[in-house]
Amino acid sequence: MLSQIALATGFVLILMGLYGALTHHNILRMIVGFTLADTGVNLVLVAVGYMPGRTAPIMDSAVPVADASARIIDPVPQALVLTAIVIGLGVTALMLAYAYRLFRMRRSLDISKFTELKW
Amino acid sequence: MTSKLTVRSFFVMALLGLLGLAFWALAANYTPDAELNRTAAYYAANTAEETGAQNIVSAIIVTYRGLDTLGEVTVLFLTAAIVALVLSQSKAPRGGSGSGFLPSGELLTTGTQMLVPIIMLFGAYVFVNGHLTPGGGFQGGAILASGILLLLLAEPSRRFGHALIGRIESLSGVVYVALGIAGIVFAGGFLDNRILGLGSFGSILSAGAIPLIYILIGLKVGAEFSSILESLEETEDA
Repeated sequence: MLSQIALATGFVLILMGLYGALTHHNILRMIVGFTLADTGVNLVLVAVGYMPGRTAPIMDSAVPVADASARIIDPVPQALVLTAIVIGLGVTALMLAYAYRLFRMRRSLDISKFTELKW
Repeated sequence: MTSKLTVRSFFVMALLGLLGLAFWALAANYTPDAELNRTAAYYAANTAEETGAQNIVSAIIVTYRGLDTLGEVTVLFLTAAIVALVLSQSKAPRGGSGSGFLPSGELLTTGTQMLVPIIMLFGAYVFVNGHLTPGGGFQGGAILASGILLLLLAEPSRRFGHALIGRIESLSGVVYVALGIAGIVFAGGFLDNRILGLGSFGSILSAGAIPLIYILIGLKVGAEFSSILESLEETEDA
């Protein structure tokens, strides 16, 4: 049940983020939309790795080494999501830097003011 | 104008509806696995013996997929460099920055003096214990950078030494790659953690080179995040 809820929340976040990025005209709002979608993707990935009744992939007194395969959840999605979070941060920082440059150029963050690449 | 707008929003809604349908099909029939898949089962069975790390996620990130992590740190470095390049043309003049800062207030200044050392200590704790507990280089580095962010908030006109941050960053990067090459020479392959003894399972000085590599990653990530924050902060309108 928990993994279905997490999965559904992740998918809804992706859709919300894409909706925001596609419909808003303010560049900062579009960036917020992209980060929302990013969070949703991470949530979906972690939810796929979750297995009911198991615990975190750390072998301590609760999870003896010999018994680890039967006690822990899938550690691979967690390692991948760590990468995804860091790359997402890099993408957000770049988007913010470019948004700042665009603002300096036009003194506006409205995407409809930038018409050079429009056809 | 209005008709164009409705056409556009119709397309947006249609696209999102299709995507939502695909997501629905994925989520509706989803049942979580009852058993670990083969890769995960291998990691669960062999991590303790092969790497000596308690935290399997850390073992995957630093050892099994260490090359990935090196690439990731490189991506982060490139991001920091590009942000600095893009924003360098609109840098505020030295000393007075931007549009006249309001004083940051007694509460924030005093709170910063109290909290920053503790935040730095916590960041170091998180990346030193990465092979034992939840945490690791990336998380610890982010915590270090949050301390730097607090300093920047309390005193917006403060300038940190770019040279110092750059030196920490490049030194830890070079040592990271050197440790990887030492893995080829002294152990099984690039970034193999068995160049140092595995130690006793569960103690702080165990898991071979994993704590060492995580300390380097923590310093590098902290320096990169700090330099991104600083580049964003030093702009004229900030």
